[in-house]
Amino acid sequence: MEKWYLMTIVVLIGLTVRWTVSLNSYSGAGKPPMFGDYEAQRHWQEITFNLPVKQWYFNSSDNNLQYWGLDYPPLTAYHSLLCAYVAKFINADWIALHTSRGYESQAHKLFMRSTVLIADLLIYIPAVVLYCCCLKEISTKKKIANVLCILLYPGLILIDYGHFQYNSVSLGFALWGVLGVSCDWDLLGSLAFCLAINYKQMELYHSLPFFCFLLGKCFKKGLKGKGFVLLVKLACTVVASFILCWLPFFTEREQTLQVLRRLFPVDRGLFEDKVANIWCSFNVLLKIKDILPRHIQLIMRPVCLVLSDIPFMSTWFLLVSTFSMLPLLLKDELLMPSVVTTMAFFIACVTFFSIFEKTSEEELQLKSFSISVRKYLPCFTFLSRIIQYLFLISVITMVLLTLMTVTLDPPQKLPDLFSVLVCFVSCLNFLFFLVYFNIIIMWDSQNGRNQKKIS
Amino acid sequence: MDVGPRLKAWKPRSNHQMVVCIHYSTDFEVHRNWLAITHSLPISQWYYEATSEWTLDYPPFFAWFEYILSHVAKYFDQEMLNVHNLNYSSSRTLLFQRFSVIFTDILFVYAVHECCKCIGGKKVGKELTEKPKFILSVLLLWNFGLLIVDHIHFQYNGFLFGLMLLSIARLFQKRHMEGAFLFAVLLHFKHIYLYVAPAYGVYLLRSYCFTANKSDGSIRWNSFSFVRVISLGLVVFLVSALSLGPFLALNQLPQVFSRLFPFKRGLCHAYWAPNFWALYNALDKVLSVIGLKLKFLDPNKIPKASMTSGLVQQFQHTVLPSVTPLATLICTLIAILPSIFCLWFKPQGPRGFLRCLILCALSSFMFGWHVHEKAILLAILPMSLLSVGKAGDASVFLILTTTGHYSLFPLLFTAPELPIKILLMLLFTIYSISSLKTLFRKEKPLFNWMETFYLLGLGPLEVCCEFVFPLTSWKLKYPFIPLLLTSVYCAVGITYAWFKLYVSVLIDPPVVKTKKQ
Repeated sequence: MEKWYLMTIVVLIGLTVRWTVSLNSYSGAGKPPMFGDYEAQRHWQEITFNLPVKQWYFNSSDNNLQYWGLDYPPLTAYHSLLCAYVAKFINADWIALHTSRGYESQAHKLFMRSTVLIADLLIYIPAVVLYCCCLKEISTKKKIANVLCILLYPGLILIDYGHFQYNSVSLGFALWGVLGVSCDWDLLGSLAFCLAINYKQMELYHSLPFFCFLLGKCFKKGLKGKGFVLLVKLACTVVASFILCWLPFFTEREQTLQVLRRLFPVDRGLFEDKVANIWCSFNVLLKIKDILPRHIQLIMRPVCLVLSDIPFMSTWFLLVSTFSMLPLLLKDELLMPSVVTTMAFFIACVTFFSIFEKTSEEELQLKSFSISVRKYLPCFTFLSRIIQYLFLISVITMVLLTLMTVTLDPPQKLPDLFSVLVCFVSCLNFLFFLVYFNIIIMWDSQNGRNQKKIS
Repeated sequence: MDVGPRLKAWKPRSNHQMVVCIHYSTDFEVHRNWLAITHSLPISQWYYEATSEWTLDYPPFFAWFEYILSHVAKYFDQEMLNVHNLNYSSSRTLLFQRFSVIFTDILFVYAVHECCKCIGGKKVGKELTEKPKFILSVLLLWNFGLLIVDHIHFQYNGFLFGLMLLSIARLFQKRHMEGAFLFAVLLHFKHIYLYVAPAYGVYLLRSYCFTANKSDGSIRWNSFSFVRVISLGLVVFLVSALSLGPFLALNQLPQVFSRLFPFKRGLCHAYWAPNFWALYNALDKVLSVIGLKLKFLDPNKIPKASMTSGLVQQFQHTVLPSVTPLATLICTLIAILPSIFCLWFKPQGPRGFLRCLILCALSSFMFGWHVHEKAILLAILPMSLLSVGKAGDASVFLILTTTGHYSLFPLLFTAPELPIKILLMLLFTIYSISSLKTLFRKEKPLFNWMETFYLLGLGPLEVCCEFVFPLTSWKLKYPFIPLLLTSVYCAVGITYAWFKLYVSVLIDPPVVKTKKQ
């Protein structure tokens, strides 16, 4: 592309923000006996390096599953093993069996943060860049601005580089999957998506649209000819990739079952995962844009319509999603990076997408909805006003709650008051978005396929 | 040029707040100590206090500035204001200090805004990002050197450079008295700006005190305005009186000056600033090694202490003659004379003044005594103003900036800072080169093959010094080699840029028209 240097600058900005955030604290820093996610990842390196594969998911004297037992699919385990080999080369103390529990040092933190950065750089960031380059009908500058805003999304940065996780790997693979299938590299796309599922089982939430989309493609090509061939090829790819990842665990039935038990702990509560699920699903859904071919919109319409270019709502939503993680971020002492990255993201969106100028009914894709409502209520002309006010109220509430949580102490009788309030406010916002997206889906599908392609 | 650039002006600053909690350099302790001194002790003690090794060595206005800050500091952490709390570094102290830098940067942002107003520049395209004003604002606000030195290493250069840029802007806007006043104030904040005082003095005398020129541009003696001279003198005198007055009354002026100008330090800082003396030292070293090998020199006669051992003391050269402070002063004066003469004999308005200022700063950097590598910023920041004007200036600016910024790398030597300095350097370098190339795309290329090669060589140099060298066996025997290589390599680039700028100033034709002011 002609503006390669601008793209380089944008990627560099993304990397700089990431590394700067990573200089802050991580989850469970200095908090024995359990510490946090950072210790969990280090522990997995210890387990996978020192123990044979058959013992990774089983409770034993060497592997106490109560202390951060492996509960992600095998690809995470292999990734941990790879990191462990590098760790062994630098300092074997970091992964020594048993004795390295709770190991914390500047050098080790540097190493762990570097692993996140390298994984991000290799998998997620190229996917984002390529995805934005493939967007149709928008200028080069807008594509680059898109990359910047996606890379600046605070939620992912704070969780991966602050709290400490490897979400960028699974999200990156999923994004590669989306890219693959939309550029007609179906096999590679489905392979990438299988890798995503095998890295974090959360990606199963996105598997349904994928499955439907690919199935639809096969139907389109005709089940008696090319479609059938494609179906078979896809099935083989999926099966092969799963077998490849799970090979060491397919040798015994008990192994497979134990892994499944670890991945889907039905006796654990739902609350732990609630926040992550919501932002994860919506976030990635929002990323899939108009690059999918029109004829599939019959099936992918819900996803497409949700994801077409509504910068105002997307920005609002992403801000709320970051805010919803406030209690967690405060626990990890990440207030400063949270505030700064959120502000940077907001400023970037405002500057490059002029979101405040895109609040008309048409820009928000609510035109057909309000026309229908106006049949019964002729005076219903203030929809975009309402939405703007709601946005203002939402932002003010979020800022106030943040200030209160930081400066005030909760009353003794209600120690979790602020966390609950944050969850409640976020939930209200999410419900609003749910209603909004449903309205869009229902009213625009009535319009048929004649609506112009929005860029 | 409304919302966009101003919003963009905000963006870089927000990044700094995240680097609040990383690096702890000695400069934190220096400024904490000064907060303590000015808060807890009476004025008569300020320049005598020596409990800590970091004694007050900036002029009085800076001391007053620290005094004002200390009154805010006491709400953050009272303990930092105790003079005996050496190396006190609670998180609140650090937080306060970092925020004070960010806060005082507001002046810098305002100064950049004023400078952008003065810059005309070519109008290449209608895009905002291609306008010279926008490029200039990014080059100044995102300046890598300033970011690193102020917000990571910790100093207050942001607002001091803000003062300097503001005074330059005022001179561009023909508000000479304000410009003179601002510069006088600046001098009493940090006396390093004496480097560029000749430029101010000569320009104000020539272009402000002489109100008109003859038709060929030369001086018209009878247009001399006594009123202006006297008012300028009065401004300078009043500012100096305000600053030094109290100390004059206390008979402490000699003590103050001895603190401000400590000549007991060596020719070079522990890490050689990439100036002429770095090349001189390197040559001396090379000659002495050759001399030893060829048995011209007696090993017993060579002084044991080498200049590369990293200590800040006085040393002798082995082969070439040793350099005294007087020698450096003479060299510096000789170096700035041609530019001063140009400013006097063929004045070209504010632009000529700016060039002369940059040349004064650069020449002082090249030949000064005990120059710190941070002083290169004194030349780089004003040069940014010229870079968006002419292609030739842009080319010199890019060489100077890239080399100068790279020479700041040794300031950050810990592992967590390595990715940051590399990323920020890449960001600034790629942006500056690409935006200036786009701005001047209709003219000949900015770099010739030699310059391109030299700049690209910085990459392998960095890899060798930071990644390859620590893994070799030479690390223990010759630990100074990366610093030496960096210093010498950058000195070559900076000398070249200085030379090129000088040539462009000397061969520029004078502006031939009558100027009425």
